[in-house]
Amino acid sequence: MSANLSAILYLVSGVLFILALRGLSSPETSRQGNLFGIIGMVIAVTVTFLSVGNFGAGFVYVLIFLAIGGSLGAFIAYRIPMTAMPELVAGFHSLVGLAAVFVAISAFINPSAFNLGTPGNIKLASLIEMAIGAAVGAITFSGSVIAFLKLQGIMSGAPITFKGQHLLNALLLILIVILTIYLCLTQSSNLFWILIAISFLIGFLIIIPIGGADMPVVISMLNSYSGWAAAGIGFTLENTALIITGALVGSSGAILSYIMCKGMNRSFFNVILGGFGATDQTSGSQNKEQRPVKSGNADDAAFLMKNASSVIIVPGYGMAVAQAQHALREMVDTLKKNDIKVSYAIHPVAGRMPGHMNVLLAEANVPYDEVFELEEINNDFANADVAFVIGANDVTNPVAKTDPQSPIYGMPVLDVEKCKSVLFVKRSLSPGYAGIDNDLFYKENTLMLFADAKKMTEDITKNL
Amino acid sequence: MEIDPFIFRLSIFILSIFVGYYVVWSVTPSLHTPLMSVTNAISSVIIVGAIIAALSGSDGVVFSSSSIYGFLAIILAAVNIFGGFLVTQRMLAMYKKKKKDK
Repeated sequence: MSANLSAILYLVSGVLFILALRGLSSPETSRQGNLFGIIGMVIAVTVTFLSVGNFGAGFVYVLIFLAIGGSLGAFIAYRIPMTAMPELVAGFHSLVGLAAVFVAISAFINPSAFNLGTPGNIKLASLIEMAIGAAVGAITFSGSVIAFLKLQGIMSGAPITFKGQHLLNALLLILIVILTIYLCLTQSSNLFWILIAISFLIGFLIIIPIGGADMPVVISMLNSYSGWAAAGIGFTLENTALIITGALVGSSGAILSYIMCKGMNRSFFNVILGGFGATDQTSGSQNKEQRPVKSGNADDAAFLMKNASSVIIVPGYGMAVAQAQHALREMVDTLKKNDIKVSYAIHPVAGRMPGHMNVLLAEANVPYDEVFELEEINNDFANADVAFVIGANDVTNPVAKTDPQSPIYGMPVLDVEKCKSVLFVKRSLSPGYAGIDNDLFYKENTLMLFADAKKMTEDITKNL
Repeated sequence: MEIDPFIFRLSIFILSIFVGYYVVWSVTPSLHTPLMSVTNAISSVIIVGAIIAALSGSDGVVFSSSSIYGFLAIILAAVNIFGGFLVTQRMLAMYKKKKKDK
């Protein structure tokens, strides 16, 4: 296949990828968008086979390896529970990162296959692109692995910090730049390996100080990195499809990180530098005063809701942990049968990744037009009778609006306290991730329901 | 004087960042999780590099030191492509509208 034709077809697949993202602007067009993405991928792979034009034994092996990876991926995609989506995405990011590293290594060892020169005499620009692709890929890989381990609970979600951490990271980053320069001067393969090793180390070091509830930012950030890694490799291979895709994914992840940071009213650097909540937790528990709390049972909650005319549900990460989304929808069905208006309010950072709650509710067959974002629904709390907070905490804390001393001051919160009554499903009075007490617990109109979210929801449904 | 092809690629890159910027802002927040899984799937187009690397072995030699990395990358990228698109499909199939006849 001529180089010009394949370049045009790569461009077509890049455009199809743009359309794939474009489709996600509404649920109706989203499935078509996904199809565009698949077509784009098929074109890119087919064109690659045709332009390499090697259909010997190697080609058979490529198909075999493709089939192995493909069936593994398909198996995971069908088996994964929706609650585990953050782990899955983190895991997938790590694979993109590692694949980028492998491609870069292969190009370094055998540059002539990629038209980049000969070993020890690689074109300067290609060498720089390769080094960037490999370094960003390695950072994506090890960072995603740590994110995966934290989300999976294999590693504690608590931030791990030590003295001189930021200084060490900064030094390592400078070292990477120096190594890249020396690599270009000497073309030494040892330097290339050291560069990759240090990049792995950086990925590891930048994610360990970030706590569990900051995961939405971390996942988005790693999403972005995987895009930049792909773009770096795209420049090396002079491949338009990869360059376009890398840029798309890179900016997509960056926007998501920005949205998540705004949802917490924190700067990107504040999140990345990490350690949030670690210091507040200790101070918070020391001066905790005993304040009276009203607690109730499923029967009280059912009574309140039965007499309401509108109910707003505020789900959070706790709902995902308790797998309560199906039980919740059953409760809502019963409420709707009693002519009670029900809507869902989703905070931007609810859950462990962007849009996490929406997917869980969609899984439980909640129609998406009953689910609202913070800005859309926040004014409705004042007119609602009951707010049902299930598994959310910090995102409802009115302290964010009233107390400038509070670590979450300025964070946009759901105005849950404006409801006539608030039902708060929670296992105990322990503070949320930010390590601060929630004023909402002690309000006159709040009824605490101390139980597992799923069990409590089921009990309420029985009592309705 | 001729323009270096690198400049063309850089132009594509920069313009794509802007396209990505505007397209992603128009994505509805409720679909942010599928957005992440589909971006994951499409960034695995890195498989084109993996395929070139895997087929780089000289005549008769399928597994050379450089092609092995290609084969490994093919497995990783394939997991991502199939896993990413399928899980996105699975998620998107769940987003349904309220039935009108209630």
